[in-house]
Amino acid sequence: MSQSICIISTQAPYRGQFAKEALDAALVSASYEIPTSLLLMGDGVYQVLEGQSPDQLGRKNIASMFQSLELYGIETVYIDGESLGERGIAPEQLLPLYTLLEGDAVASFLAQQDKVLSF
Amino acid sequence: MKYALAVYGAAGTGGQSSQTALSFARALLASGHEIIRVFFYQDGVHNASGLISPPQDEQNLPEQWQNLVKEHNIDAVVCIAAALRRGVVNAEEAQRYELPGSNLREGYELSGLGQLLEATVEADRFVTFGD
Repeated sequence: MSQSICIISTQAPYRGQFAKEALDAALVSASYEIPTSLLLMGDGVYQVLEGQSPDQLGRKNIASMFQSLELYGIETVYIDGESLGERGIAPEQLLPLYTLLEGDAVASFLAQQDKVLSF
Repeated sequence: MKYALAVYGAAGTGGQSSQTALSFARALLASGHEIIRVFFYQDGVHNASGLISPPQDEQNLPEQWQNLVKEHNIDAVVCIAAALRRGVVNAEEAQRYELPGSNLREGYELSGLGQLLEATVEADRFVTFGD
């Protein structure tokens, strides 16, 4: 089981369970010792905004789940720079655990993966 | 070729993905390919519910899935965490959580996400249906 897997998470953090279920897939993948990466694209970039308070929605803070990724060996979260730009988000507004992929870097990053699961 | 499928959309109410996946699965088998697993995740777990009853003049996707699973002895796995969250349970889980009933169709297994990852690695082609 040494093939690499990339999980792409594309939905806003509290839209149903999309974000959590994508994260769960990443965590389980990493716990199987599959080389796993997580890429946030589209509205998925909102998942790592700092200062979320979803307790008003009765939801758990997704950002705290991101902080546990490192324990599973996922040391960085890849973020599509273009998705940030489209939404007017500055990299400084994000939790400091990401690697920004700009322009063609997303395509070349995905080309290196054996399997890609998009959520 | 060995295929594994993942279905993320509900049956008939969650877009086209369940129907497309079912058609694709039939086409694979008709072409002589092997389906090593179908994994139902996110709202896709509803495809394994025995309580979905569309009007009689409409197709019943969960029933059609079950027929395919039975006929070809397909390894059909439903994510247990996603299923419990959405009220799709077998008798064992119903008892464990003291629920008033169970609805998982026969032929499906409730199991963990590891089954999804394992399928992605073991299959020659892994195809996802749904957003």
